[in-house]
Amino acid sequence: MSFLNKIGVIPNDGEIFANSNEQVNNNQDSIRIQKVTRRSFIKGVGLASSSLVIGMQFSSVTAAPNNDTIFSPDVFISMEKDGTVTIISHRSEMGQGIRSSLPLLVADEMECDWDRVVVKQAIGDVKYGSQNTDGSRSVRRFYYRLKEAGATARTLLQNAAAIIWKVKLDQVSIYNHQAKLKGSSQTLDFSQLVEIAKTLPLPDKSKLKLKTQEQYRYVNKENMANIDGKKIVTGKAVYGYDVELEQMKYCVIARPPVLFGKVKSFDATETLKIPGVIKVIQMPSLSPPAVFKMLGGIAVIAENTWAAIQGREKLKIEWEHGDNSSYNTKAYEENFKQALESPPHVVRNRGDWQKAKAAADKVITHDYYVGGIAHATMEPPAATAIISENGIDVWACTQTPQSAQSNAMAVMKIPKEKANTVRINVTLLGGAFGRKSKPDYVAEAVYLANETKQPIKVLWTREDEIKHGYYHSPSYQSLSASFDKRGKVTGWYHGMVNHPIGATFNPAAKQAGSAELGQGDMPYDIPNIKVTNGESDTFLRIGWVRSVTNINNAFAVSSFVDEMAVANKADPKDYLLSLIGKDQHIDLAKDGFKYSNYGENFKDFPIDTARFKNVINMVAKNSGWGKKLKQGQGMGIAVHRSFCTYVATVVLVTSRRNKISIDKVYYAVDAGKIINPDRVRSQMEGAAIFSTANAFYGEITAKDGIVEQSNFHDYPLARIGQVPEVNVEIVDSDAAPAGIGEPGVPPFAPALCNAIFDATGKRYRRLPLNQYGIV
Amino acid sequence: MIELNINGQKHKLDVSPDMPLLWALRDVIKLTGSKYGCGKGLCGACTVHIDGQATRSCVLTVSAAVGKQVTTIEGLSEDADHPVQKAWLDLNVAQCGYCQTGQIMSAASLLKKNSNPTDEDIDTAMAGNLCRCGTYPRIRSAIHQAAKLAREVK
Repeated sequence: MSFLNKIGVIPNDGEIFANSNEQVNNNQDSIRIQKVTRRSFIKGVGLASSSLVIGMQFSSVTAAPNNDTIFSPDVFISMEKDGTVTIISHRSEMGQGIRSSLPLLVADEMECDWDRVVVKQAIGDVKYGSQNTDGSRSVRRFYYRLKEAGATARTLLQNAAAIIWKVKLDQVSIYNHQAKLKGSSQTLDFSQLVEIAKTLPLPDKSKLKLKTQEQYRYVNKENMANIDGKKIVTGKAVYGYDVELEQMKYCVIARPPVLFGKVKSFDATETLKIPGVIKVIQMPSLSPPAVFKMLGGIAVIAENTWAAIQGREKLKIEWEHGDNSSYNTKAYEENFKQALESPPHVVRNRGDWQKAKAAADKVITHDYYVGGIAHATMEPPAATAIISENGIDVWACTQTPQSAQSNAMAVMKIPKEKANTVRINVTLLGGAFGRKSKPDYVAEAVYLANETKQPIKVLWTREDEIKHGYYHSPSYQSLSASFDKRGKVTGWYHGMVNHPIGATFNPAAKQAGSAELGQGDMPYDIPNIKVTNGESDTFLRIGWVRSVTNINNAFAVSSFVDEMAVANKADPKDYLLSLIGKDQHIDLAKDGFKYSNYGENFKDFPIDTARFKNVINMVAKNSGWGKKLKQGQGMGIAVHRSFCTYVATVVLVTSRRNKISIDKVYYAVDAGKIINPDRVRSQMEGAAIFSTANAFYGEITAKDGIVEQSNFHDYPLARIGQVPEVNVEIVDSDAAPAGIGEPGVPPFAPALCNAIFDATGKRYRRLPLNQYGIV
Repeated sequence: MIELNINGQKHKLDVSPDMPLLWALRDVIKLTGSKYGCGKGLCGACTVHIDGQATRSCVLTVSAAVGKQVTTIEGLSEDADHPVQKAWLDLNVAQCGYCQTGQIMSAASLLKKNSNPTDEDIDTAMAGNLCRCGTYPRIRSAIHQAAKLAREVK
């Protein structure tokens, strides 16, 4: 058997990502080896006129529509003559299970037999709406849109059956890929209905009957499969790193060590002596703003990745580092502190904090510092591009194929009206956490495919990923609370400064961000509140990392609330409940805070204090809050709303010989309606472990503008022994569906540090904790 | 020419003898189930079996693999029917899945040596395999389940 029979199929318009149901998808699993005329897709590169294309159909070459598809009432759904239903996954799969969950919702609403459903991954195309799989919004934004798609298809099939049986619509029910005639045993399979259904006018959207929670057969049920599961455990799943094209060359790039640095001169003599190295190419230099543009540097093109890596090591490059070489993370903390002395941006103001402070019987103030964080996706960024007379095809592990498309178009100066000549094929993503919504690596692949006139795969090594990321910014925060004689809290102050994400897009952006994410929207009912942001310069690319500034804001707010409880000799859980106060929907506008609420309306997604209290009570019950703990143990609690989801976390730790170990983690989650409870739980399990790594070790630092960490030895992640068990309870809710991918992260670190305080009496106000020698 | 025995088949490769096995597998033989994660033996995503022993293929040269039986994830079973793969699917272990082939190869190697591992045995054997998604609790459960499955088969 030749190797060609063994490799995974290469993604083409998502073709490979079939439902793992073998019965339906044997054809999807088969290896495609196509004889195509090479000239038809590579312009003037002087290659053999024909060659094997391994395992792929170029959508650009073989774009003929599938003639078997006869029914497509919506961009997300099509059906073939045999009744096989294809559902489009327009969101990127990075481990959150979205490629299973959203199609499951469509199939349920349409009353499909899940075994007769095939899932295809969409290329980047605005017709699907936003595909930016980011901000925990796939379910939040598309729940009703996809129900509508499923219900439209179902209604058309129901109408078709009514026409065949010559009965009124209400005499036909649809269940599991069949129409049933009421009062008889007659049935018609979907395959017998498509011919008529395709001729019918689309039903009025406002008259569609959407399923209720009780009517679901797949949604909110246990044991719903991961459609990629089997491919994953057999090594056949194709990630961005795995894309293989015939004649493809491999590329790694030596990027400027300092952001906006330039190549002064270079010598590739030794590089070109490495067997397998084909050529080196100087990349265009980057000037601000960074956005998703290429970083510059020297690219090494080779016959395999190893040769490219070896070749890169032999490059002699003299860099002109530029202005950002003045940046030293450790020293910059002083600038942060100064920036908080009188921060110019007041983002939320209730009552008069200064007066409350002046009149107080007692004021407590504490400062918190959280280090910068890298995404450290297990799969570093990778993109493959090929340029032909038919346009540009890219395969990439991208969260955002539409941004990748516009980024590729910018590189090639392709006008908007020719967007359809740039096809972004989305592979599976080996972790993403926000990194892969920044398609700089797609720009590199497209640029180099054009320069070399060959298919090019750009691979980022781990060192590249750690040293040239879009980091979560380090942050400095100062919190104060004032109390009256009876110990009642009268005032709250929270100042925060970091390097703003905005600077990645606009070099003039100085105001720390974002108060929207867990700082200004804190739920505690205090008569005087002042929330401020300082200003800072920015020296690295700053970007969003899973839950973004909720990471540091929640750490400071929920640590500080615990400190307030301690100062008042109160139980931290009871104190949280009392600070939240009465049941109400918080109106931040009253405090002058223009809160965007993750882009959602307040009617469906209010800031509901009852839901905060509910998850607190739930997690307290599950964790046995208040029970007597073993010697050396401690328990901590935190609650946080992010991405419109309410999460309370309890962490149980043991301190032994001045080392902390985590015994158990408890989550209570209210995300409103959910689709796949198992994937909700897995996201919370993952959030605990992701956050453990951040809290224990996560710190990116730069010296002279150069990031000091490089790989897992100096940027460690959590290992298997460190988070033994995560208990998750999901609130059974009919509220609007909210986010799940990120909300488990913010409350974890403060709950952990509150537990450490409970166990040891020591308060740790800086992350990561390895600086204290306790982990 | 370097001759390797991979998943029971002989492959002749025209590569530099110091090329790490991982890149020979992925870029030359096109077996992409073994993953790159760090290139330094720190993360375990590239784990294969060398004569049955879990080994990081990113730091093992092809010349060191000559004359040995190399098993990759593609050769672990005929159709995802290794007890470890079955348990992985049953417990829905994978999130993004990228590290899981390496996790599975490490777990299979552990169970070959220890048919009934404790949590501690698992934590020790699997300590070299990183997962950023955070599937560790399920990995632990799945290894226990796979051990049980394997014992029942015997």
